[in-house]
Formats: sequence, C-alpha cells, structure tokens
Amino acid sequence: MAIINLKKKEVQSKIVYYGPGRGGKTTNLEYVYKKFRSRIQTEMVTIKTHGDRTLFFDFLPIQIGRIRGYDIRIQLYTVPGQVKYESTRRLVLRGVDGIVFVADSLAVRRKENVLSLKSLADNLASYKKSILEIPLVFQYNKRDLTDDGIPLLPVEWLEQDLNSELKAPYFEASALKGPNVAQTMKKIILMTIDSLRKDLT
Amino acid sequence: MDEQYISDADGQRTYIFTPEQLSEIEAVLAEDLLDVGVHSVTLIDMAGNIISTMDNGDNKHDLYSLAALAAGNFGAVSTMASLIGEEEFSLLFHKGNKENIHFSKVTDEFLLITIFGREVSLGFLRLKVAEATEKLVIILKPGS
Repeated sequence: MAIINLKKKEVQSKIVYYGPGRGGKTTNLEYVYKKFRSRIQTEMVTIKTHGDRTLFFDFLPIQIGRIRGYDIRIQLYTVPGQVKYESTRRLVLRGVDGIVFVADSLAVRRKENVLSLKSLADNLASYKKSILEIPLVFQYNKRDLTDDGIPLLPVEWLEQDLNSELKAPYFEASALKGPNVAQTMKKIILMTIDSLRKDLT
Repeated sequence: MDEQYISDADGQRTYIFTPEQLSEIEAVLAEDLLDVGVHSVTLIDMAGNIISTMDNGDNKHDLYSLAALAAGNFGAVSTMASLIGEEEFSLLFHKGNKENIHFSKVTDEFLLITIFGREVSLGFLRLKVAEATEKLVIILKPGS
C-alpha cells in the first residue's frame, strides 16, 4: 500500500525480498546498505535469532531521489526464509508494493525455491493480491559459486521452474559479491513506481 | 493530480493524502496529544509507512525504523491475540525508564504511535488518544 503525500510531495513504497531460507535475501540488503550508504540516513534494522538467521525481518529505508517531482522513499524488507516462519512472512507482506524473489541457484535447493514461490502466491492471495499482477523481479542468486565447482541449477531450469508463467524480469546475481544486486533493486523500484504512475501525473 | 483518496492500480491500493487532509491530521495530533505533553506522535499505516508525525522538538528518534517495527509488532501481537481466541488486545503499551510507547489502532489500516514520559499518566494518555482517534477516523474515511 503505497502512500502518496501531496503536502510533502513524497511517495513511500514497500518492497519485500522473498525466497527460501539461506538464499541471500539479507545479504542483498547488506550489500545495498554498504553500496548506497549516502542515500540511507539510518542504520539497517535486523531482527535475528542467536544463530544469525532472520527471525522477523530486515528493514532498510532508502531515498532514491525525485521522480515526476516527488521524493521517492523506498522501504526495503526481507522475510525470514525458514519454513516454520510462514505466519511471520505473511505479516511482513502486508501492504507490499513490489517483490524481489531471491531464488537459490544451488542444485540441491530446487524444490525449496518452488515451495517458497508457492507460499508467496498464497500469502499475497491472503491480502487479495495476485502474484500475476504485483511488480515482481526474480534474482537467481549465488551464480558466482559456479567458479568453485559447486553444482548450480542452469538458469533455463530456474526460469522453467519459477518464471514460465509469470514471465517477470530476472537477474543472475551474487548478493555476496555484488554483481546485479543494484540492478535487481533498481528494476523493482522502477516497476513499482511505474505501477503508481497514474497517481503521480 | 487526481484528488481521489484511494485508487486501485493493477490491484494495488494506494493512499493519496491531500494537503488539506494532512493539515487536519497534524492539527489533531498537535492539539490533542502534543499539547498535553507527549513527546512525539506518529500516524502510520499497517505496512509501516509514515502518514504524519509531530514532536515537541526534542526527539531525534529514527521514525522510519520505528514505524516499520511498530507495524510488525502490532501485526505480531494481533496474530497472538487470535491464536488465543481474542479479537485483539485493547492495551498495547511498553514502559521504559524515561520514555514509554503506546500503540493504538485507528482503523484496520492505520496505527497511532505515541511516545511520552513520566509527566503524562497512562490513563490520561489513553483518554486523549481515544479522543484523537475519533477525529482521525473521520479524516481518514475514504472520500472525506
């Protein structure tokens, strides 16, 4: 649920990084936090377990400048990926305007990706939103691991498993090292703001 | 600019607040709450976005993080309530040494966060929050 403030000429919008556990959602936000420090006025908020896993969510507000005369303020969130935190994931999705689905490219994680995407669709439906309509970008993460000889899912398989019907934009990325992390974020921000365009004219 | 309050864009709900609405909201927050001595008051939506915030000039809180956490906290507590068969908990309040924080649902979509010190009693604060909430509900009503 984006907020448009006509008095301050400001737009606030919520983007959620979703995906299976240990897929790199938090690492995406950590990279953005380091890379765009000058545009972020606060500390990144994380609610973790003692084992350093996301318990509730990570939160990072970022100002991206002006579009059509409006200051654009994007609130980036992650969900906890572990299967047992389904109700928490649903809470974080409340009012979401755009989604980055961070898929794990590890060959052994193929099933987890599919199950997580199914849970995303179900959770969006609980807010009467359709995964077919909401701005969505796929990020196939951990592509750098191929250099270490670790078996990865071919991008064609990931596309077939996850994106054959949705046909959303996708990026091959490494959240740890940085390639395509910023591009993923820029794409989802553009798509999300574009979905608000009729309200900003 | 379309002056509509809520629009549906591709199935999405967008809340558009006019300068007049925001001025009315600020007047309620200032007169009903700041003037009785609260330190800061913030109206947010349940997604964690800030609609309006007012303070007494002494506060340097990170309000965006506070709003995100408050919305998450409120959602978590509401889910806990339903798990034990309650519709909702009527009092959401955290007491600190110097600052206290009070959460109050305005409508299903909006939440009021009030930060106050020892000089304001919880009972009085709840009374004033209830008064402010009644006014905010009217201002926030679609088409108002």
